[in-house]
Amino acid sequence: MSDIDVAYVAKLARLALTPAEIERFGAQLGALLEHVGALAELPTADVAATAQVIAQSNVTREDLAVPSLDRETVLAQAPSREGPYFRVPRIIGEEA
Amino acid sequence: MSPMDGAYTRASTMDAAPRVTVAATAYEVVMGIECHVELKTQTKMFCGCLNAFGAEPNTNVCPICLGLPGALPVPNRAAIELLVKAGLAFGAEVPAFSKFDRKNYFYPDMPKDYQISQYDMPLTVGGIVHFWRDDGSRGSCRLTRIHLEEDTGKSSHAGSRDGRIAGSTYSLVDFNRAGVPLMECVSEPDIRSREDAVAYLEALKRTFVALGVSDVKMEEGSLRCDVNLSLRPYGQTEYGTKTEIKNMNSFNSVARAIESEIARQTSILESGGRVVQETRGWDEAAGATHPMRSKEQAHDYRYFPDPDLTPVEFAPSDVARLRQALGALPDAHLERLIVMDKLRVEQARQIVDGPGLFEYYAAAAGISGKPQATVNFLLGDLSRLANETDTPVFSSGVTPEALAELVGLSDAQTINSKTAKDLIARIWVEGGSPGAIVAAEGLGQLSDAGAIDAVVSEVLAGNAKTVDDYRAGKTKVMGFLVGQVMKASGGKANPTLAEARLRERLDAPR
Amino acid sequence: MADRSAAEVARAVNARETSAVETLEAAYARIAERDGAIGAYLALTQDLARARAERVDAAVREGKRLPLAGVPLAVKDNMCLEGTPTTCASKILDGWIAPYTATAVQRLIDAGAVPLGKTNLDEFAMGSSCENSALGKTANPWDRSRVPGGSSGGSVAAVAAGEATLALGSDTGGSIREPAAFCGVVGFKPTYGRVSRYGLIAFASSLDQIGPIAQTVEDAALAYDLMAGKDPLDATTVDREVEPAAAGLRDDLRGVRVGIVKEFGLDKLEPDVRACYEQAYDDLRKLGAEFVEVGLPTADYGVATYYLIAPAECSSNLARFDGMRYGLRVEGPDVGATYEATRAAGFGDEVKRRILIGTYALSSGYYDAYYVRAQKARTLIAADFAKAFEACDVIACPAAASPAFAFNAKADPVSMYLMDYYTIPMSLAGLPSLSVPCGYVTPAGSDKPLPLGLELSAPLFAERALLGIAHAYERGTGHARAKQIPTLADAVSAR
Ligand SMILES: [Zn+2]
Repeated sequence: MSDIDVAYVAKLARLALTPAEIERFGAQLGALLEHVGALAELPTADVAATAQVIAQSNVTREDLAVPSLDRETVLAQAPSREGPYFRVPRIIGEEA
Repeated sequence: MSPMDGAYTRASTMDAAPRVTVAATAYEVVMGIECHVELKTQTKMFCGCLNAFGAEPNTNVCPICLGLPGALPVPNRAAIELLVKAGLAFGAEVPAFSKFDRKNYFYPDMPKDYQISQYDMPLTVGGIVHFWRDDGSRGSCRLTRIHLEEDTGKSSHAGSRDGRIAGSTYSLVDFNRAGVPLMECVSEPDIRSREDAVAYLEALKRTFVALGVSDVKMEEGSLRCDVNLSLRPYGQTEYGTKTEIKNMNSFNSVARAIESEIARQTSILESGGRVVQETRGWDEAAGATHPMRSKEQAHDYRYFPDPDLTPVEFAPSDVARLRQALGALPDAHLERLIVMDKLRVEQARQIVDGPGLFEYYAAAAGISGKPQATVNFLLGDLSRLANETDTPVFSSGVTPEALAELVGLSDAQTINSKTAKDLIARIWVEGGSPGAIVAAEGLGQLSDAGAIDAVVSEVLAGNAKTVDDYRAGKTKVMGFLVGQVMKASGGKANPTLAEARLRERLDAPR
Repeated sequence: MADRSAAEVARAVNARETSAVETLEAAYARIAERDGAIGAYLALTQDLARARAERVDAAVREGKRLPLAGVPLAVKDNMCLEGTPTTCASKILDGWIAPYTATAVQRLIDAGAVPLGKTNLDEFAMGSSCENSALGKTANPWDRSRVPGGSSGGSVAAVAAGEATLALGSDTGGSIREPAAFCGVVGFKPTYGRVSRYGLIAFASSLDQIGPIAQTVEDAALAYDLMAGKDPLDATTVDREVEPAAAGLRDDLRGVRVGIVKEFGLDKLEPDVRACYEQAYDDLRKLGAEFVEVGLPTADYGVATYYLIAPAECSSNLARFDGMRYGLRVEGPDVGATYEATRAAGFGDEVKRRILIGTYALSSGYYDAYYVRAQKARTLIAADFAKAFEACDVIACPAAASPAFAFNAKADPVSMYLMDYYTIPMSLAGLPSLSVPCGYVTPAGSDKPLPLGLELSAPLFAERALLGIAHAYERGTGHARAKQIPTLADAVSAR
C-alpha cells in the first residue's frame, strides 16, 4: 500500500520533477505513507466520514448582483494579456 | 475531414475476419444524451457577478469566479431551486441530502483548476422525459440524474486557420462565463432514433423555457449536448461500443451528426470492423464527425466533497412547495391538444412552443368548442400577421373571444373564408367583434338558394363559351365559373352552395 | 508605548493621551530597530498604515471610540489586504497584489487597528518552523539561533519582539499555537467556522482558521470578539451568536474542571520541560481548578489523519497557482509544459511534498484507503473529544513537546510533522484552542531562556469559557509578560 508512483502523481498534479526529486520525494512520501498506514488499525468500518467538522447545511446566498472587479485591475496581474483577454500558451488536446 | 480517418481505418481492418454482412436495418441505434444547460439566474453560481451573455470580455468577473487566492464560493439559492424545478417537471426524485464535490483537472479557462460539480449525490435523481413523434405516437427517455455545476470561461484560439484549437499558437481567455450555473442532465441510453433524439431535446427545451429555468439557446451556448451513440444487432441485449459526439450547435446539427455517426458505425460493423470508443467532434461544414484528441492529461478527476460548501438538504415540504410552483407543464398541454383536441402533433407543438399561443388557443377554443378550426386560424392568418407585424397574437386586436366568434361565423357558413380573412386583418388593427361587423356591414355569406340561383343564371348567361366547354367534358372549368359567381356576388356567395347550384344547372338534362 | 497591550493602546488613543499616528511611528521605529535581526515582516504597508492611523485619529477627534483605536497590527502574509502584495511566502505569488481584503482583517481595521505590514510564514502555511518560507528567514526573538515556530512565525515573532501590538495568524494544525508557545505569546485558534476564511489563502479548507496572536489573553479576546461571527462570503462560517469573550474574563478557576489527557502523559518529555508543565498544572489547581483524567484513545492517530486530509485539500486548493491568470509564469512550449515548469519553479519542497501526497490520497484506487479512512478517523477523534468534554470544561496539555528548536534541526519531514502532535487533534475536531505562556526552560549549554506554552482547549463554540480560564491562569501566574526578552538588546546591536 505504500508504493507511490511519484512520476504519475506529479503528472496529475502538474509538477515537473527531476529524476533526483522523484527519488527523494518517493523516499520521503514512502516514509509518511508508512506512518499514516497506522490508520488501518482503527475500527472504521461502521464509522461515517467527516468532511466538515461543523455540521451545517443549505448555506446559500440570494441571487443578487454585486459589483464586479475593474477589468484593468484584473488584467494588470496577468502574466500575459492581449487586449481585454488573458493570453495563455498553446493548448494541446481538446476538452468539452 | 473524412469519416474514414486514420484511427477508424486502422481499427476496422484489425479485426477484418470475414463474417456474414447484415443489412443496415439489422442494427438498433442506442443513444443517451448529456445536456449542459445554463440556468437563467441574475448572477453566477457562486458569486454576485452578472450571468449575462455577450458582455465585454472579462468584465463580469470578481475574486470568486476568477479563483483568486483566498476567495470562497457561496451557492446561489435560485440556481439550486431552478434545477430542482427542472427535475420535478420530469418527475425526478429530490434526495433529502445532496452535496458539492470538486472535479480536479487543469484547464486554462477553468480558474481554480477544479470545477465545483456534484459527483455521487446530485440534486435530482431519475425522472422521465416524454415526447411526441410526428406520427402521433409517444416516446420517452429516462433521466439518470440532473446535477449542478459551474461553467468554465471561454477560450478562443489564435493563430490557427479557423479559430480551431488544432494549429493554434496561443489562446485568449474570457472569464465572463466562468461560474455561470450549469445543470447537467444525463439521460439513460433509451433513445433509439435520430427523430427521438431531437424530440427529446425539444421536450427538454420546451419545459426549461416554460419554467424559466433557462433560455436554452444553443447558438449562445446556453444548451450544449453530447450524444453517446452505439449500434447493436436487434435482439442483442449488451450495448455495442459507443462514441461520444460533441460540438453540435443546433438541433438540426444534432440530427445531422447522429445520422452521420449511424452511417459511419454501420459501415464499420458491416465491413466486420470494430467501433473505437472515443470522443468525436461534429464538423458542421464537412457534415461529418472526426475524432477529437483526448486531453494528454490522465483522466483522474480526484472528486472529493468541496470543504468550502455545505451540503444541500431538502425537506419534503420544500420539495412540495417547488412542485406546487411548477404549474401546468408544456407536456400536459401537448397531451391535451393531441389526445383531447385531436390536433396533429406538428400543430400541437407550434401552439405550445409559440409565445402565449397555448393560453390564447385554450381561451378561444374553449369558447368556440371547435379546436381544429381555431388552430387553422391561429396557425394560419393570425400567425402570419404576428410575423409580419412582429406582434404576438395575444397583444393584437383579435381577442380570443373575437377569434371564437369568427370560428363560429365561419363554421355556420355565415361568412366565407375570404370574408374571414379580411375580417381578421381588419380586427388585428382595429379590434372589435366580427359578428357585429358582419351584421352592420352585411358581410354575411349569401346562402339563400334563390338569391344564389339568380347570380348563377346571370353567370351562365354571360359565359356561354365556357358552358359549352363544360358540357363538352372540360369539367375543370367549374372553378372558373364558381369564381365568376363569387365575383358577381361581391365575394359574399357561399362557394359550396354556388358550385352545387352550377353543377345542378349544367348537369341537368336539357 | 510599543510594549503596551492592545487594550491599553486603544484606551490611550480613544482618550487622546496619544494618537494613532504617534503609535504607528513608534511601532515603525521599533521595527526599524529590531526587524533586521528578527525578520518578522515580509513587507511593510506604510502608506496604508499612515492613512488608516490618520482616519482613526480623525474619528477619535469626532468623538468616536474604536475598540482597537490605533492598535498596530501585523498580518500574516496569507491574508489578502487590498492593494498590497500578498505572497504566502511563495515565489509563485511573489509580486501579486491582492485586489480585495480578507473579512477578518477588514473587521479589525474597521475597529481601528492599523496594519503595519505582512509577516513571514512557512510557504502557504505549511510547516512548523517558518523555515519553509521562500521569501525570508524569521528568527526566534528569545534565541536567534532558533526557529520562531510555524507557520505563523512572522506574526508571532513580531508580537514577541514588540514589533506589533497585535497580530493575525492562521492555524490549520497548530500554526498559531505552536509558534506562540515557542515565542512566549498568546496564540488563539477559535472554533472552525467562527472567523471568516474569506481572503485567507487556503491551505486546507476544512481546517484553516484565522486567530489572534497577542501579548495577553485579554487582547486575544478583544480581537476575537471583533472578528468572530457569520460572514456571508464564507459559507462555512457559523450563524450563531458570539458571546463577547472580553466580558467573560475571570481571575480564578473555582468550579472549573480541567481535563488531563491520559495519552498525553508528561513522561515522554525532557525532564525540565516536564517539570514546567507539572508546575503549570499545579498552578491551575492552586487557582481552584479541579482535575479529571480523560481519555483520547484516537489522539495518537491525529498526525496520520491530518497528513492525509490537509494535503488532499491542499492539492486541490493550490491547483489554481498555474501561471495563467496571476503570479509567476515560466513559459513553456504549450499550456501543459507551462503549468509544470511554473509550479516546479514556484513551489518549494514542502509544498510539493504535500501536493504530491494529497494528489495521491485522492487518486483513483487510493481514495478509500487513504482519504476516506482519514475522514473516518477524524470522526472518531471528534467523538473522543466530545466524550472527554462530558467530564471536563477544558483540556490542558503542552502546546509542543519541546521549546523552540535550532534552525535545520528537523531535516526529516515526518519528525517535523510530529511537532504538531499536541495541536493537530483539536484542529481535526474543530475545537477552540490556545497557547498561553507557562514558563521557561534554558537548554543545556545556552544562557537563553526559552518559553513554553500551555495549550488549553474547549468544546466547540466555548471560546468565552476558554478565554476566561486562560485569563485566570495568565493573571494567576504572570508568565505572559514576566520576562523581558534577554536577547533583544543584542538584536538591536546586531543590526
Ligand atoms: Zn464573480
